[in-house]
Amino acid sequence: MIIGLDVGGTHTDVVLIGPDGPIREVKVLTDNSELFKSVLSGLEQITDGIDTRQIKRAVLSTTLTTNAIVTGQVESVGMIVMSGPGIDPMAYRTCEQYHCVSGSIDHRGREVSGVMEEEVTRAASLMKLAGIKYVGVVGKFSTRNPSHEIRVEKILADFDFEKVFTGHRTSGNLNFPRRIATTFLNASVYPIHSRFFHAVKQSLAEKELDIPIHILKADGGTMNFSASIDCPSQTILSGPAASVMGAIASAPPEGDVIVLDIGGTTTDIAVLINSSPVLEPLGISLGKYKTLIRSLKTFSLGVGGDSHVRVENGEILVGPMRKGPAMAYGGSTPTPTDALFVLEKIENGDAASAYRGVSGIADELGVSVSEAAERIFEKTCRLILNAADKLVEDINSKPVYTVHELLEGYTVRPSRMLVLGGPAHYFTKHLKKRFGYHVETVPRWGVANAIGAGLARTTCEVTLFVDTEKGVVLAPEENYAKTIRSMYSFEDAEETAYDLLRKKALKQGADAENLQTEIIESLSFNMVRGFRTTGKNIRIKTQVKPGLIKGYKA
Amino acid sequence: MLKAINKTGLVFFPAFDWAIDPTHPEREERLLYTQDQVFEEGILDIEDIVEYKPSLVSDMDIKRVHFCVPDVFSVTTKSHFISAGGAITMGRALMEKEIQRGFALVRPPGHHSMRVVHGNRGFCNINNEAILVEFLRKHYGVKRVAIVDTDCHHGDGTQDIYWHDPDTLFISIHQDGRTLYPGSGFTEELGGPNAYGTTVNIPLPPTTSDEGYLYTIEHVVLPILDEFKPEIIINSAGQDNHFSDPLTNMNFSAQGYANLTKMLKPDIAVLEGGYSIEGALPYVNTGLILAMAGLDYSGITEPGFDAARIAQSEEVSRAIRKIGDVVLSNWRNRREMQEKIRRGRDFIERRRTIMYDTDMIYEMQKDEIRICDDCAGALKIDSSADTGQHILGVSIPLNACRACTQVALDWFDQAEKGPYERAFLQDRPNDEYREKIFKHR
Repeated sequence: MIIGLDVGGTHTDVVLIGPDGPIREVKVLTDNSELFKSVLSGLEQITDGIDTRQIKRAVLSTTLTTNAIVTGQVESVGMIVMSGPGIDPMAYRTCEQYHCVSGSIDHRGREVSGVMEEEVTRAASLMKLAGIKYVGVVGKFSTRNPSHEIRVEKILADFDFEKVFTGHRTSGNLNFPRRIATTFLNASVYPIHSRFFHAVKQSLAEKELDIPIHILKADGGTMNFSASIDCPSQTILSGPAASVMGAIASAPPEGDVIVLDIGGTTTDIAVLINSSPVLEPLGISLGKYKTLIRSLKTFSLGVGGDSHVRVENGEILVGPMRKGPAMAYGGSTPTPTDALFVLEKIENGDAASAYRGVSGIADELGVSVSEAAERIFEKTCRLILNAADKLVEDINSKPVYTVHELLEGYTVRPSRMLVLGGPAHYFTKHLKKRFGYHVETVPRWGVANAIGAGLARTTCEVTLFVDTEKGVVLAPEENYAKTIRSMYSFEDAEETAYDLLRKKALKQGADAENLQTEIIESLSFNMVRGFRTTGKNIRIKTQVKPGLIKGYKA
Repeated sequence: MLKAINKTGLVFFPAFDWAIDPTHPEREERLLYTQDQVFEEGILDIEDIVEYKPSLVSDMDIKRVHFCVPDVFSVTTKSHFISAGGAITMGRALMEKEIQRGFALVRPPGHHSMRVVHGNRGFCNINNEAILVEFLRKHYGVKRVAIVDTDCHHGDGTQDIYWHDPDTLFISIHQDGRTLYPGSGFTEELGGPNAYGTTVNIPLPPTTSDEGYLYTIEHVVLPILDEFKPEIIINSAGQDNHFSDPLTNMNFSAQGYANLTKMLKPDIAVLEGGYSIEGALPYVNTGLILAMAGLDYSGITEPGFDAARIAQSEEVSRAIRKIGDVVLSNWRNRREMQEKIRRGRDFIERRRTIMYDTDMIYEMQKDEIRICDDCAGALKIDSSADTGQHILGVSIPLNACRACTQVALDWFDQAEKGPYERAFLQDRPNDEYREKIFKHR
């Protein structure tokens, strides 16, 4: 058995899943000021009377780090940045204690100028004086040569900082500003993440609940707790990922599918290709931060069941603000949910208030109440569908860099839609009726997110870089670097990449039977200098595809 | 967070699976390190710098400019369609006001491609800038255009295409043709009898550095542009004036290129040559994009840059000033000089030979233009090559007068009697491209 737990803004959903499907579902109210309590109470309730030795793992998807970043309630951290020539690194300043020091590496990983120890020491002393405990160290092109970051890390070792994060361990992708932001976020959320999970572990131990804890990441994969300690920022925005993974369980194995997670304030939209979610090319954006955190490609539209509905210039507007709950549930402004009450003659709320809300809109439009409800709902669906179209267009217009990809590249053409979230059932009916899509509601749409978290596979990515002219193969993210001979081939590189990927996945908590690996990028260039081939430049990216583990039914 | 001052579009198409041949300078690897640098600097994340996926040009877009022998598909690859398509993508985005500046960072290049195309010359098959300009004229009614070619090699292809067009100002700044391929682009090459003076060549001596290059931009190029008043400025942005370029002998730097771009303010830049793929291109392109976007580029320095080592001599400075004076004097006297060569003539003929260095083709050309005050003039080109091809190309220019239209149509009709295998008609006013095939090979 496994447990899936997804902390949402209002509810925390927990499911216990066995080989034949969910055994038990629990909903507890989320206490945003004490997430730890909500999680613990969820775990306690779901395991009540169950032999916990049979529980293989519990996967948690929490809003802990996301909330901390969004509300700015994070620890002050220090940054040491080595940029060398280029755009002024002050443009990417993330914090007060942000120190730019010497040291420059070029695109092939060659040192252009060295690290100056006294500059680093001075920066470290200033950070110490400011009471900084957590530090990020980032260099431009550190993914091509991490030696400068490692050197700075060594110098900092004398200063007894609690933890130092280096840029080359965050991602194999090139993007210096995003590397700065990602490393900064890792350092910022580390203490809160660390405290939280130690508390969870300790409480579980006290209650003799010996369950391995995994954490859901933004890319719809999981990792174990010990892995998450080195990259806590990967847990941000795992909420949308949980829902999408939940939808995958009922997605057809082939074809392009749009997933709609319709909530109160927003609708999260994602795309599946052959039951695998489409990922962001580089990483997630959260507020002002653009990062290298691997994540699903999702679009969050400010339209949901509780969106504020009003009329301006004879036109119905829906969202993006939520002014409170639907009038049917004690709110004061009309919402799409109230329109649903009118259309569906729902009775488990304050139907009279809903009717009153919609009739206000009807008066402004000069139409009947049922006509107004129709129009509100039509408009809501239209906004959601437009956003879905835009997301698909965005995926299809992603630039490519080879003739082959440009001419033969895959084009996403979704024919199906999967809907989950609170009002999913009603939306499905209307999307089907009005827009002719093949639409289905995800079974158990209310807890599909928790199911998705529970069943998600452990995922990871490895980026390998080979330069046979320099005689090196490296995957700095994995702390891997070796010298090679000029004979080193593309096949050798692929094998090394796969090998590193398997090791990484197992270390992060994957089990061997659920390793669906694939190469997502492979490029090999002959390096020619003076009309003579002098080496090969190979870039390979492999991943464990996001997906569901075997042996369990949703 | 950074935000562009000028909203800037970027087509980045490095064609990682296309090469002329494996060890050719125009090979897969060429823009690899540029991509690394642009990605690592995070340029595509800057607000209001927008990356576009290139569209493909059509057969028609190419025929609007070229006579391809024997046909378009025989002298192009898919990569050419994408590269030219990248230029057009920027043109469309500019005209639709989605962007204020556009840079097509594409390969293969195009500025050595002339109106008649028998194959590849100077790494080029079709002329990306000309295809862009004629696309803008057809779809957006643009008339006056300036193309400023800052590649180190003379833009002889673009010059050839616009030799007779008074509405296109073509300025090429390049290393002196006596010292570099293609061996042309001297100050006395000033355009045909209907467009005399709107071709401007500025050959600079080897070892010209930032100082001399930027002097020329400020004192020669910008005044001519000011007077011509183009609606659009296009920059053929070759990057081989760089001090580290293996094929040339100039001393230009990444800062120099960025400054040049800031001064020239091109609406659209299209990458041309540049083969210092590690030492120059990553830095020059980064600087160029930032300059287009109106952002600070002062921090961009290429490894190995030493201002003192690449400074130009006083002798070179003197030579540059002298060339500038000659160019400006020709520009001021262009109308009188035009009258002189036209006097008493109805048609002017020109014969020349054209070498296709990449494909080793030798072409002989005879062209004839009708002297005209009302339009760019009917144009006839008789072209034969040692491939055995012999064609006639006839062009009716945009806004052609009735007399020129009739002359051109007669030429095309009479072509049947000639020795040709094919005859092409470019009917620009009707945007129609006709062809007669006399013999199947």
